[in-house]
Amino acid sequence: MASYLNTLLFGIYPYIALAVMVLGCIVRYDREPYTWRSGSSQLLRRRQLVWGSNLFHFGVLIVFVGHLVGLLTPIWLFDAVGIGHGFKQMLAIVVGGVAGVACLVGGAMLLHRRLGDPRIYRTSSFGDIAILVLLLLQLTLGLATIPISLGHLDGGEMLKFMAWAQGIFTFQPGVAAVVADAHWIFKAHLFLGLTIFLVFPFTRLVHMLSVPVRYLWRPGYQVVRTRLAADRSAPRQTVPVRPREPAE
Amino acid sequence: MSHLLDRLNFFAKTEVGRFAGGHGVTTREDRRWEDGYRKRWQHDRVVRSTHGVNCTGSCSWKIYVKGGIVTWETQQTDYPRTRPDLPNHEPRGCSRGASYSWYLYSGNRIKYPLVRSRLLKAWRAARANLSPVAAWRSIVEDMETRASWVRMRGRGGFVRADWDELNEIIAAANAYTARKYGPDRVIGFSPIPAMSMISYAAGTRYLSLLGGVSMSFYDWYCDLPPSSPQTWGEQTDVPESADWYNSGFLLLWGSNVPQTRTPDAHFYTEARYRGAKSAVISPDYSEAAKFADIWLHPKQGTDAALAMAFGHVVLREFHLDRKTEYFDDYCKRYTDMPMLVRLVERDGRYVPDRLLRASDFPDALGQENNPDWKTVAFDTTTDRAVVPRGSVGFRWGETGKWNLEARAADGTEIDLRLSLTEDGRHDRAVPVSFPYFGNRKHDYFEGTDHPDVLLRNVPAKSVQLQDGDALVATVYDLFVANYGLDRGLGGEHLANSYDDEAPYTPAWAERITGVPRGHIVTVAREFARNAEKTRGKSMVILGAGLNHWYHMDMSYRGIINLLVMCGCVGQSGGGWSHYVGQEKLRPQTGWLPLAFALDWNRPPRQMNSTSFWYAHTDQWRYETLEVQDILSPTAPEGPWDGALIDYNVRAERMGWLPSAPQLSTNPLDIAEKAADAGMEPQDYVVEQLRSGALAMSCEDPDDPRNWPRNLFVWRSNLLGSSGKGHEYFLKHLLGATHGVQGKDLGATGQQKPEEVVWHDEAPEGKLDLLVTLDFRMSTTCVYSDIVLPTATWYEKNDLNTSDMHPFIHPLTGAVDPVWGCRSDWDIYKGIARKFAEVAPEVLGVEKDVVLVPILHDTPAEMAQATDVKDWKRGEAEPVPGRTMPQIVVVERDYPNLYKRFTALGPLMTSIGNGGKGIAWKTEREVEALRRLNGAVTEEGATKGLPRIETDIDAAEVVLMLAPETNGEVAVRAWESLGRTTGRDHAHLATSKEDEKIRFRDIVAQPRKIISSPIWSGLESEQVCYNAGYTNVHELIPWRTLSGRQQLYQDHLWMRAFGEALCVYRPPIDTKTIRPIIEARADERPQIVLNFITPHQKWGIHSTYTDNLLMLTLSRGGPIVWISETDAKRAGIEDNDWIEAYNTNGALTARAVVSQRVKEGMVLMYHAQEKIVNVPGSEITGQRGGIHNSVTRTTVKPTHMIGGYAHQSYGFNYYGTVGSNRDEFIIVRKMRNVEWLEDPESSTIVQSVGG
Repeated sequence: MASYLNTLLFGIYPYIALAVMVLGCIVRYDREPYTWRSGSSQLLRRRQLVWGSNLFHFGVLIVFVGHLVGLLTPIWLFDAVGIGHGFKQMLAIVVGGVAGVACLVGGAMLLHRRLGDPRIYRTSSFGDIAILVLLLLQLTLGLATIPISLGHLDGGEMLKFMAWAQGIFTFQPGVAAVVADAHWIFKAHLFLGLTIFLVFPFTRLVHMLSVPVRYLWRPGYQVVRTRLAADRSAPRQTVPVRPREPAE
Repeated sequence: MSHLLDRLNFFAKTEVGRFAGGHGVTTREDRRWEDGYRKRWQHDRVVRSTHGVNCTGSCSWKIYVKGGIVTWETQQTDYPRTRPDLPNHEPRGCSRGASYSWYLYSGNRIKYPLVRSRLLKAWRAARANLSPVAAWRSIVEDMETRASWVRMRGRGGFVRADWDELNEIIAAANAYTARKYGPDRVIGFSPIPAMSMISYAAGTRYLSLLGGVSMSFYDWYCDLPPSSPQTWGEQTDVPESADWYNSGFLLLWGSNVPQTRTPDAHFYTEARYRGAKSAVISPDYSEAAKFADIWLHPKQGTDAALAMAFGHVVLREFHLDRKTEYFDDYCKRYTDMPMLVRLVERDGRYVPDRLLRASDFPDALGQENNPDWKTVAFDTTTDRAVVPRGSVGFRWGETGKWNLEARAADGTEIDLRLSLTEDGRHDRAVPVSFPYFGNRKHDYFEGTDHPDVLLRNVPAKSVQLQDGDALVATVYDLFVANYGLDRGLGGEHLANSYDDEAPYTPAWAERITGVPRGHIVTVAREFARNAEKTRGKSMVILGAGLNHWYHMDMSYRGIINLLVMCGCVGQSGGGWSHYVGQEKLRPQTGWLPLAFALDWNRPPRQMNSTSFWYAHTDQWRYETLEVQDILSPTAPEGPWDGALIDYNVRAERMGWLPSAPQLSTNPLDIAEKAADAGMEPQDYVVEQLRSGALAMSCEDPDDPRNWPRNLFVWRSNLLGSSGKGHEYFLKHLLGATHGVQGKDLGATGQQKPEEVVWHDEAPEGKLDLLVTLDFRMSTTCVYSDIVLPTATWYEKNDLNTSDMHPFIHPLTGAVDPVWGCRSDWDIYKGIARKFAEVAPEVLGVEKDVVLVPILHDTPAEMAQATDVKDWKRGEAEPVPGRTMPQIVVVERDYPNLYKRFTALGPLMTSIGNGGKGIAWKTEREVEALRRLNGAVTEEGATKGLPRIETDIDAAEVVLMLAPETNGEVAVRAWESLGRTTGRDHAHLATSKEDEKIRFRDIVAQPRKIISSPIWSGLESEQVCYNAGYTNVHELIPWRTLSGRQQLYQDHLWMRAFGEALCVYRPPIDTKTIRPIIEARADERPQIVLNFITPHQKWGIHSTYTDNLLMLTLSRGGPIVWISETDAKRAGIEDNDWIEAYNTNGALTARAVVSQRVKEGMVLMYHAQEKIVNVPGSEITGQRGGIHNSVTRTTVKPTHMIGGYAHQSYGFNYYGTVGSNRDEFIIVRKMRNVEWLEDPESSTIVQSVGG
């Protein structure tokens, strides 16, 4: 029974969650493009937003990139560049811990603002509040793993999760068994993480996919979008030039 | 295809090129996202309409419809162009108008017919076994059943019902009332026809066919300046806003042009750019003040003092010290200044009496026709008394001499003498008494200690009259003496210098108004200097701010005097520009037959609202102002006793003012009784009135026989906006819970009226049925018994005009009325149809005896020439139309009422049409309408007559019959006038003879109206519309006693109340503070402030403060503006909730503490209703109160004068006005802001005294 449940949660559920996320995003982007936004409430009230939002985003970006790189980079790559497992574990604990705390503080401020400010509260959807609560819960769980990780400073536990994550993405059957004996806090953290993927397309989190990073290097301050783009298959048209008036 | 796939172009080159040195880039990205923005502004159609809200803007708008929904509106920009060198009218429209489409689908929209559930239950129970009228009788005569809905007014309890059932209740109630009490107990209140003429006409056409009463509004709103009919015999006629541009000096006085005349304000700006000077006079720092070269801020309510001081300066510098040729000539030709006034000796002093008439001379100066009504002046060439043409006596009974040519009656050329001092023609200078009121004590207004009577010497001449030798003086000499100017003739309190503190010098005015004397002198001097150089292009733009004071006539006449002595009236770019509401109904004479069913029977019943509400809301029972408080020390002998309402009763009895109801007996029963007595109804009524067997209703307004029983309110928010004495309305008229705090005269033991029966117990709940038509749940709807959902301004077809521009343009239906709504035309048509079905139960073809007051612009306006005789006191015989109202028998065909409603009746062919004393034939127009609208084909009373089925049919009737929209009629009207004046005027319209404006024409584009003799201005390629223009340039007399601008008011009552000449009168003491301030005091600081209620910034003109878009721009609920100093005294901080109260009631609001406001006054934008964000009052225990909760109407006897040329009654033309600015309130911070949302706390707590 335990094995069955383990397979369901960490062998099958990840595919459900990822599939819903990908398909959900595509459908939303195509069908409801005007809902694709961050839903900023800055216009309604600036209070608590500067500190809360910046701390939260600073933390969550580091944590997110940390997880992405930490979990999905093949272990041989770490070995090849000579990063030891213990060091990697320590790095994850320290950087993740600092960023996690920053994120938690920022997130708590945002939640307080969202629930406590009547203007913001009234204009919030269920999803706006729920996703913030989910993220904070996930952060708490993530931070709660630190004491446990401190008991595995060799990074062995970490390797399991890397193997699991990479196994999921490389479609290896039975990979759920790798995390079967992990601490329940880790499991809860994994489950909630997958759930966040699941609800991703239904929340404001989609704005992650549209961060205008290109602004950082795009050329020009004035952008003119030509109509010629409308039909790419059509032969390239030239702009008709008005004959110059004869000079007097 | 897919947005996603299209955006997956990271590897494709989207950049096409660069420009601007690499700072700009051209790309080939997907652009379909732009469609989102494009679709936001896409729409299915655009329809022309406007906002019918008594706003002078009258702006044409584009209404956008998308998917069957009205989405937004923008300004129309297709007005016909003006001429070169004159800015165009556009853009017209403001943010308030742009917010209107919100209403259509708002929560405040009334979607279905509503009725009080208790009324409906009682009706259904009765109707189960009874016919309609019997059913209504059974429920309304059972006092307990009646009380079950009457007592619930204002307390909720509406249920949805269907049209048919409610129409039947209304029809049954109307039929029952007409049968039992008389049709004149069915009342209709709807204001300002110009804002939606057909909607107005729908209701009044129904009422007029029924014999019901249409109520006036312009006077009740206190927008009517009685000084205008007093001076010009004209209701109000003003320049269009484009004419501001022609002015050289614009004096804005109490008018906040950018805020309240927003679409016209650009002409003011443009005039300033053109180089016009401007002074702004306003107690508060208004938005207009920033336009000014100089801003004067007199203490509120003292404007007359300022105007008098201006006049003092102008007379001194431009008339006495140096004679200005243009001014002198103007005064001689166009004013009554050369006319002679008889001086009467009293105790060795002289008092100016009435104007001398031809009949005063032994041979009547050769006049046989109306010598009593022809004024007299001295001719300089012959040095003899002559009868100049133009006085009212020439208007009636003879033709060809009623004009302003410088000729005597016999045609000889004359040059009138302004002053008897010229060439030393006077016999002697005699001491003449002028009343002075500036010394009357007032707790909050500064006065001076000059005596009651100022003796000033006036040059006089002795003339031989029929009754012996008499002393006479010219109006000019009296006028100058009245201004306190020393001419070396002697007298008291005369001024040689502006620094003398004699009335009415600048130094004196400085003390009264607080305006530095130097500023007064500068403004007056520059105003006159500009007028002299430009021949009259100095203009005063004034707003109702001044007109809402009890003694408004004095401020207004002070200003008019200034304009007249500078020759500005009737000159383009000059004159008197009084802008209040949308009072100018340009196609008026085409509209009147439709609106008052003049095509079926004449005359209609019309009533002046101020006197009506004063009597029927029992405000007279609380009157604190006594006649002695306002009587002149120079009043001629007379009893001058009684209360204010007694004067109104006398005025009604003498035929000066109308009555409603008229007689305490049902007017449908009188003809039969007369027949039984073998008499004509007219003789019978006279006989019965004389014997006392028949009484007029005004003598006992509290007798149930004289109550108004059914009231229709449409296009109006009577109870949430214009109802002065709101709490008295609630208490006595409606019988609802109310906040009246004061005690009536019975309880306080004061002097009671003499002419009116006093009931110790005042009635509460006079109305059986209150029906309101509206599109939003206004305060009036909340208090109604039946609420009918009407079409908005974007859902019906109608006509709209304004005094601010010369165009006529439509309202048109952008969408059909939503939910269960109907247009006003269809609603009244439905009621009429049901009435015709129901009425035969009790009514057939009936003879209705109608009392008609002595009307202006009819020969009857020459009623009592030299004295006032009251038949009831035995001073004269009761003669209908001379000493009492006219009596007319009108036949009502009740079973055919609906048929008559929907067809143009035969009187238009047999009698014709006309207006303002000019009559013409209309057969050709009736025939054209028969072909345009089609003829009635159904058998019956109306077969063959032109149809009026739809609102567009009705609009075509108006446009076809009016000279302003039908050139052929205009020419005919000018020709008709030409016969009376003996001059050719038709040339003013012949160029437009073939022009006929139809409804579809104005839907295509607003059209400029055609010049007509109904108005005193012209629309042409040469001039902008300016009032008085045809008087000055076509020599058409003003419709006054002298035919000239009447500056001397010689009626007995005018002299008795001290207003023969303009004087300064401080605001009256309404005595509403002292009885309550101690009783209600606690430890909180309280301050007493003057209560001023101007037009608002965040509501649609004078109504509609419940629009959330507008509320968002302000504080979201009721506000009052208080000065910083006053706020500090009362411990009030900005945005605090405050309560304002006096004996009339209480209101709650938030305080806006602002430097803008002058100390001592509080501004509350009017029409802030009690339906949005209003907490309960601590004083009354009721929700909020509105701005009129602390006011009460006080009537003025001089406004009741009638049968006297220019001072004759006309509907909305002359009569009592509902002033309210003399009121004071006690302001304090609220302790508990109670929202009364708990059902428990909303039980009736009646914490009132009387």
